[in-house]
Amino acid sequence: MIFYFLAVTLILSAILVVTLKNIFHCALFLIVAILAIAGLYFHLQAPFLGVVQLIIYIGAIMVLILFAIMLTSRISDRLLQTASRQSIPALLAVIVFILLALKSLDKTPLPAHIGKNFDPILDLGRALMTAYVLPFEVVSLLLLVALVGAIALARKD
Amino acid sequence: MIIGLIILLLKIAAVLVFISLTVLFLVYAERKVSAHFQVRYGPMRVGWHGGLQMIADTIKLLLKEDITPKDVDKLVFFIAPILCFVSAYLAYLTLPFSPQIVVKNLNIGLLYILGVTSLTVLSLMMAGWASNNKYALLGGFRSVAQIISYEIPLVLSVLPVVMMAGSLNLITIVEAQKSLPFILVQPLGFLLYLTAAAAEANRAPFDIPEAEQELVAGYNVEYSGIKFSMFFLAEYVNMFTICALAAILFLGGWQGPILPPVIWFLIKVYLLVFVLMWVRWTFPRLRIDQLMSFCWKILLPLALANFLISGLWLVLK
Amino acid sequence: MLDFIIYLVIGIIFVVGSFAAAYFFSPHHPTDKKLATYECGEDPIKGSWIQYNVRYYLLGLAFVIFDVEAIFLLPCVLVMKSLGLIAFIELAIFIFILVLGLAYAWRKGALEWI
Repeated sequence: MIFYFLAVTLILSAILVVTLKNIFHCALFLIVAILAIAGLYFHLQAPFLGVVQLIIYIGAIMVLILFAIMLTSRISDRLLQTASRQSIPALLAVIVFILLALKSLDKTPLPAHIGKNFDPILDLGRALMTAYVLPFEVVSLLLLVALVGAIALARKD
Repeated sequence: MIIGLIILLLKIAAVLVFISLTVLFLVYAERKVSAHFQVRYGPMRVGWHGGLQMIADTIKLLLKEDITPKDVDKLVFFIAPILCFVSAYLAYLTLPFSPQIVVKNLNIGLLYILGVTSLTVLSLMMAGWASNNKYALLGGFRSVAQIISYEIPLVLSVLPVVMMAGSLNLITIVEAQKSLPFILVQPLGFLLYLTAAAAEANRAPFDIPEAEQELVAGYNVEYSGIKFSMFFLAEYVNMFTICALAAILFLGGWQGPILPPVIWFLIKVYLLVFVLMWVRWTFPRLRIDQLMSFCWKILLPLALANFLISGLWLVLK
Repeated sequence: MLDFIIYLVIGIIFVVGSFAAAYFFSPHHPTDKKLATYECGEDPIKGSWIQYNVRYYLLGLAFVIFDVEAIFLLPCVLVMKSLGLIAFIELAIFIFILVLGLAYAWRKGALEWI
């Protein structure tokens, strides 16, 4: 019941994001879509992921997108072009994505096995600090590159 | 099932009543405190020492015309105050007043509060944009820029506490301070938290977003009547939330001798609220460039250093 | 989850209910002047949905990066007590790399406003 409500909200708002003519409203429906995804995480009993979705995507990335919208000139009088001529590459990308998703779904043993003393956050922290320490450090490097790149791009003017 | 539902509903009603009363009290206290700092009396006419002033003001706000200007984006203009209040109110789902007095004790309580309060940013942006007013948009932008900047030192100053308590559950964090409150081992962390939190709540000296003299009132300039009061309400609710979090994270929450836990908790929170008011009426406002460089060049490095030092101290102990 | 939904819905009802109450009690006499955008008595020139400073965008980017960092640190600090010195060193490396980024931004003047 909750799942279907969230799923329908997600799909409807995602459709509105790409079809609405007012770019600010598009961004707002993107927020609704992200909220629905956060709701799905909570529903799947992954509260940590849900809250991270709120903090990172709503609190940070959406703010960035809204700032970016205000950066484009004269947003109010120009209507968005919602049709695109690149439908074939888009279709290809979608097919590739669906194949990847099916593949990873196929590889996941379902239903997932949960240990007795399972604590999502503690286990995540332990995994990041032991088995996945190299990817963890690489993330930091990636963030550094993103920061440097952003500054380099903006400083050109 | 039914009994559980009734208890839940009663708890929610209690939260709403508490929020409303607290805001009334905080606004009254702010007016009185500011008056006495400036050697004035403040409200004196309605009730004993103006004690009923806030009730009169509430009635007045309810009876005022709610104007929706014709150039605004109607839907967003309507949603923004709702979102603003709801994001402040959501934090009280897991904010404990004592081990028993809490609507629902979440394991990720601290993170949850940080998450839902970050929705405030969006409501400010929506309000500023929907108003189609230059002051409102600039004020909204400045608010958002300030809040997101100070969010980083805020989170970083909380990390050592999480590290020592080994939990994000607010009740567990308080229990971990049984022998000594974290403020004694984290004095710098506490100062950083309080400074960043004051900025998060747009309190002076960090109130550039609503600087009356230059931006009229910031993001809520086009709002009137009940919609304006929702923003106002949310602002004071947020102020109580950050002080309550400070009390829980650093001052040992409801722990204290003799008096019942709730009383201890409220004493600590209101003491912090008084400190914030004291700061507001003592320091002049910072300029926006000073505000930003203070955050990125002083608070952020200090918070990182504090985090590393307390981490080292913890693992070597 | 259900508790949360009930809590959220009641909060929204509270706000919308007070809007409704105020709508019921308050007067409605709209005039042209009253509905105009407020600009201290001047007639506003054009709308306000125009291009803004790139500064805000840069700030947003820096915020995203440091926010992600803080969120990554969170599950790690929870287990630091039990894992000991090795975990601290890993975290210190993580932070050191980001401090490099901060220093770069500082040096390049990206932290200056205007």
